[in-house]
Amino acid sequence: MKTKTFIMFVGPSVFLMFLFIAAPLVSVFLQSFQVTQGVFEEVIETKCTPGFPAQICTEEASVRRVLDDDGNPVSQTSWVGLDTYRTVLDPDAVSAAFDEGGSGWSQLMTIDFYKALRFTLTFTLITLPLVIGTGLAIALAVNRCVESLKGPVIFVSLLPFIITPVIGALSIRWLFIGDGIMTALLENWTGQDIAMFAQGWTIELLMLFYRVWHVAPFAFVIFYAALQTVNQDTLESAIIDGASRWQRLKYVVIPHLMPLIIFVALIHLMDCYRVFEEIIGFSSQAHVISLQWLTFDYLTPDDSGNRAISRAAANSMLTMIGIVILLIPLLRRTYRDHKNSSH
Amino acid sequence: MKLRSFALAAAMAVIGTGAYADCAFENTTTVKSLTAGFEAWKAVTDAMAECGNVEAELDQEFRQKQPEAFAANPSLYHIGGVANSTMVPLLNAGTIRPLDDLVAQYGQDLSPNQLIRVDGQIYAIAMMVNAQHLMYRADILAEHNLDVPTTWDEVLETAEYLRSVDAVEYPLGATMKTGWNLAQDFVNMYLGHGGTFFVNGVEPNVNNEAGMGALEMMKAMTAYMDPEYLVSDSTYVQQQFQQGKIAMANLWASRAGAMDDAAESSVVGLVEMAAAPVAVAGQAPASTLWWDGIVIASNISDEEAAAAFQVALEGMDSDMVQANNDAAVWLIDGYTPGRLAQGAIATAVAGTPPYPASTQMGLMHTALGNNVADFLTGAKDATATLEAIEADYMTAAKEAGLL
Repeated sequence: MKTKTFIMFVGPSVFLMFLFIAAPLVSVFLQSFQVTQGVFEEVIETKCTPGFPAQICTEEASVRRVLDDDGNPVSQTSWVGLDTYRTVLDPDAVSAAFDEGGSGWSQLMTIDFYKALRFTLTFTLITLPLVIGTGLAIALAVNRCVESLKGPVIFVSLLPFIITPVIGALSIRWLFIGDGIMTALLENWTGQDIAMFAQGWTIELLMLFYRVWHVAPFAFVIFYAALQTVNQDTLESAIIDGASRWQRLKYVVIPHLMPLIIFVALIHLMDCYRVFEEIIGFSSQAHVISLQWLTFDYLTPDDSGNRAISRAAANSMLTMIGIVILLIPLLRRTYRDHKNSSH
Repeated sequence: MKLRSFALAAAMAVIGTGAYADCAFENTTTVKSLTAGFEAWKAVTDAMAECGNVEAELDQEFRQKQPEAFAANPSLYHIGGVANSTMVPLLNAGTIRPLDDLVAQYGQDLSPNQLIRVDGQIYAIAMMVNAQHLMYRADILAEHNLDVPTTWDEVLETAEYLRSVDAVEYPLGATMKTGWNLAQDFVNMYLGHGGTFFVNGVEPNVNNEAGMGALEMMKAMTAYMDPEYLVSDSTYVQQQFQQGKIAMANLWASRAGAMDDAAESSVVGLVEMAAAPVAVAGQAPASTLWWDGIVIASNISDEEAAAAFQVALEGMDSDMVQANNDAAVWLIDGYTPGRLAQGAIATAVAGTPPYPASTQMGLMHTALGNNVADFLTGAKDATATLEAIEADYMTAAKEAGLL
């Protein structure tokens, strides 16, 4: 292909990627080293609010935002280096937790960032094998299905994947919250009073279940497509050699699928490390939070309009670093395979 | 029978005033409003719409939109619906205008109670008050010969008794959903213990006796509640009442109407209202007073502001109140408090303080909402929780430029 044609084809998407991915990333990166503060003045403020029978007026020391001549609030931005990262990571509190007198792990788990990191990591690493395993199992099962049933079975297996994530999470929440029908059913079976949303680990179980249920169809589709390209000659010769079904799976099918298993693992790690819908859907903030939710929480303005942009920026940079670290082993493997095959 | 004839009479009254609030003037300027979406706002914006050229947007997430929309020039909305806390960002940004001139010109019918003044200038016109107060199942208390509790200790005793006789699934309900709701419950309880949130204007001050007392009382309450209390918001508690699962709760006055909504409620007429219980003898009830009302944007022309103000007043006139008497605890002339409003009024009369809305309180509310749960779940003890609240507040306040 001529260079000019190449550029004309690729140019627009490179431009858009720069505009919508690179530029915001750089902006967030810079913001994580900056703090923009409002300028406030101390005032004695008299406020009156309705009461019965008459108004209640209070006079108290407070602060007020300084406005410039045009009536816009004044703010100042300063470079603070790694200060914001220090606030988010809170190394002092970490060392206090592991010092004498600290209660170690359980104290560490009361610091937002580490609490979120713990959940994000366990959630990602536990769902990964489950998603790949379940996806593969469905793919193998469908592959052996009677031809006439394949269509409907594929359709049904894909359904969880096309449901909007938040809606899916909410549906599961409604099945289990309070005396939801599933909880009522479980209570009926066990004869015990069950409250799925009263402690962290039951909510985590529901979240794990939900995520596997939601993402397994994606793995299934990929694996199912790949199963159609398994070399039938190899399989047949394996049968002639007396290989059992398990041996065929282990020595023929899985090696054939390996690049795609790595692909699914990569996508899943990237997706799962950004776990967010589950926290909102199950409103689990009291017990379980994720890194992405923490960014959201910093960004959400309170009633008085305050939001912590710098901490949100620092936290999202840390989230990105986390994803990169998780992906390194898989990327190295892909790179090695690529290099070997090119020789 | 009695109930039915009453309902019939009420229905007739509504139909009778069907042509209520034919707008007193013809509005020719486009007026846009952004307000919350609950029942009272629906009534007010419907009445405003009768003046013509009114575009009302009712959105429960208004607090996210309002500061940005009002900061635009020209402002995207003329009228904003606010409560004490959500007025703060608008005041801070200088995007709402003083209303003294407009009140002098058009506001003859407003009662002095409605005029929200900040440093002597009127910035908002209040239309209703809201507060969390005690709602209780009168039939259950009567059946067991129990008095209506007036203090939180009595609430706990009553709850203990109800549990011992297995009168109801859970004796207590509470709006303790992590985040805003939980923080609001702490605010009520802390003020009820005589605490103040700040010293010297902005320095946090919750790590004290009152803070301990508030946390301990909240923990004591949870023993009588549905164990899933950390996901229980106002709607959840309302439904617990409606489904007959709880006997008492400190719930918002604006939810009182739902108890008698025959379409949803199985306890119509059985839930009575009383003042919020007192936490410590000698203090006001452990609750806070809230108001809802309107503000007018500053980034619009004076003509538009005048039109918007008149439209807003048409929406909040006596005709509207008479047609929607039970939709809220109105501050507007013509309102006759009904059975369901008794709790809110008793709470207010007993000297309940207003919610101390301010920039720093917004940060404090967030810090509370993120930390109080740790104490209730046992992850931290009371001192550590209160220290964490102050530390979180300090971090946020420094980042915001308050300290």
